[in-house]
Amino acid sequence: MRALCWVAIGELAVREVPDPELRNERDVIVRVRRSATCGGDLPLLAGRHPLLRPGDVLGAEFLGEVVEVGPEVRRHRVGDRVVVGASVACGGCWYCRQGLHSCCDNAHADLASADPDWARSDAGCFGRPRAAGGFAGGHAEYVRVPYADVSAFRVPDAVDDERAVFAADVAPTGWLAAELGAVRPGDVVAIWGAGAVGQLTARAAVLRGAARVLVVDRHEERLRMVERHSDAEGLDYRRTDVAAELRDRSGGRGPDVCVVAVGTPPARSRADRFGGQHADRPDALREAVHACRKSGVVVVLGGTAGFVDAFPLGALTERRLTLRGAGRPDLRDVPMLLDRMARDELRTEHLATHRLPLAQGPEGYALFRDRADGCVRAVFTP
Amino acid sequence: MVPMGRLARAGPALGGAALAGAARLLRVPRRGARPGADGDAAAPARWEVVTVDRPPEQVLPEGRWPEPLRRLDGAVEVRVRPAPGDRGTELAARPLAGVTPPTGLAAHLVGDDPGLLVRRTLRQIKQRVEAGEVLRADRSALDRPEVHG
Repeated sequence: MRALCWVAIGELAVREVPDPELRNERDVIVRVRRSATCGGDLPLLAGRHPLLRPGDVLGAEFLGEVVEVGPEVRRHRVGDRVVVGASVACGGCWYCRQGLHSCCDNAHADLASADPDWARSDAGCFGRPRAAGGFAGGHAEYVRVPYADVSAFRVPDAVDDERAVFAADVAPTGWLAAELGAVRPGDVVAIWGAGAVGQLTARAAVLRGAARVLVVDRHEERLRMVERHSDAEGLDYRRTDVAAELRDRSGGRGPDVCVVAVGTPPARSRADRFGGQHADRPDALREAVHACRKSGVVVVLGGTAGFVDAFPLGALTERRLTLRGAGRPDLRDVPMLLDRMARDELRTEHLATHRLPLAQGPEGYALFRDRADGCVRAVFTP
Repeated sequence: MVPMGRLARAGPALGGAALAGAARLLRVPRRGARPGADGDAAAPARWEVVTVDRPPEQVLPEGRWPEPLRRLDGAVEVRVRPAPGDRGTELAARPLAGVTPPTGLAAHLVGDDPGLLVRRTLRQIKQRVEAGEVLRADRSALDRPEVHG
C-alpha cells in the first residue's frame, strides 16, 4: 500500500510499504478515507524525535471504513465508517476506567522501553515511532487499530468525512481544554492560538456557556474564522496590547480561564543555543499566567514546550492560579462530539483549508508547517 | 521459609485476601550478595512493581503465579498486596540474590539489567489482566520483506 513516510529531517515521501495486519484479537484494519495533518507531527518532521526512523508512517488523525475485524472485537463490523481517536487505549486499566484514556497504562506498543527511568508509558498514538509506544499512522491506505472497541467510533450518517475527521483529535482536545478549565456559564475565556485546536477550544467554551471568548493570534484569516465559526472575538497581538485588552473586556478581573494552544514552538536557533538559551521561552504561557484572574485556571495544551525557562512561578502562587495540562485528548467525549456534529452545533470542515490526494502529502505538510496560503489543516484522501 | 511462588502453587484454594496477607509475611531470604540498583554490591536488587487494577484473586487466580511470571520461578521473589484506595493489587518482583545471571541468548535479550526482564514480565501480566491480551507492536518494514514501489 502507499503511505506518507518520514524520510529525513524536513523530508517526507509517499512510498510503498507492507499492508498492516491484525496483530491482536481486539484489532481492526481500517481502509482510510480521510486523514489530517496534526501539529504534533511537526517536531517529527523536523527530526526532533530521537526514535523516529526513516520509513515510519505519519498521521495521528484519520477516518475510514472497517475492512477486517479481530475475533474479540464486539462493537464493529466490516463496512462500519469509523473515526479513530488519536489516543490508543485499552479501556480496562484504572486510568481508562476513570475516562483518562490519554493516560492509559496498557497501550504502549514496546514493552522494552517501559523503563520508568527512560519514559513513563502512556497511551499509544498513531503515527509515532514504535519505540516510543507508537503505531503506524493514518496517512496511508490502511491502518491497524488496536483495542478497536475503545478507540474507534462509528460516524453518524449525517456527518460527512470532512467534518468527522476532526473528531479524532482536534475537537476532543478543544473540549478537554474547556473541561480542564472548568468553563462555566458566564465565564470569560481567553485562548492563545487560533489554529484548529484553539478554534475548537473557543467553540467548546461557547457551547459550555461562556459569556465571552477571546482568541489571540496574529493570522488575520484565522481570526476571521474564529469570529465566523466559533462565535468568539479575535485579538491580533501585533496591533493591540493583549493584556490591557483582556483586562478591559473582563471588567478588570482578567479571564476566568486562559488556554494556551499555540502548538509546538520552532526549534531554538543556533544563536540561542550558543548563547546559553537551552530551553523554550513560553511567551504565550507567561502572558496567560499574568492575564488570568486571581484563582483562575490556566490550561496548557499540546507540545507547547518540553522545558521552559523564565516561567512566572511567583504569579502562579501569589494569585492562587491552577495550572493544568494535556498533550492528547481522552476518548470519552468523541461520541458526544459526533452527536453535536450531526446536530450542526459543531462545524469543523472549514478547518480543512487544503484538501489534497495523499500523493501530495509532502506538499500538504509544507503548507501546514509554514502556515502558507492560509493553511490551517491539510486533509488527505488516499 | 517458603518462596512465595511455591506457596501459591501449593494452595489453589487459598483465598485472595489470605494470599495477600501471606505474601506480606513471606520473603525469600537473600542467598548472597548481588549488586543493588544503587551500585552497592551488598544491597539486594530493587523491587520492580506495578499496580494492577483488579483484586488479588484475579491477579493470581487460584493463588498461582500467572504466566509469564511462572517462567521466572527460581529466579525472582514476588510480593503481592492490595493497593490502597481500592486501586487493585500491587504486584512486585525482584531478581533473587545469588542466582546465576543468564547466559547465551537469554543474556543477549536481558542485557546487564535483569530488572528489565522483570519489568517487562510485570507489565505483560498487567496487560493480560486489565486488557485481556498483551499488545503487540506493528511489524515494521524491517521485519517483513521489502516492498518495492
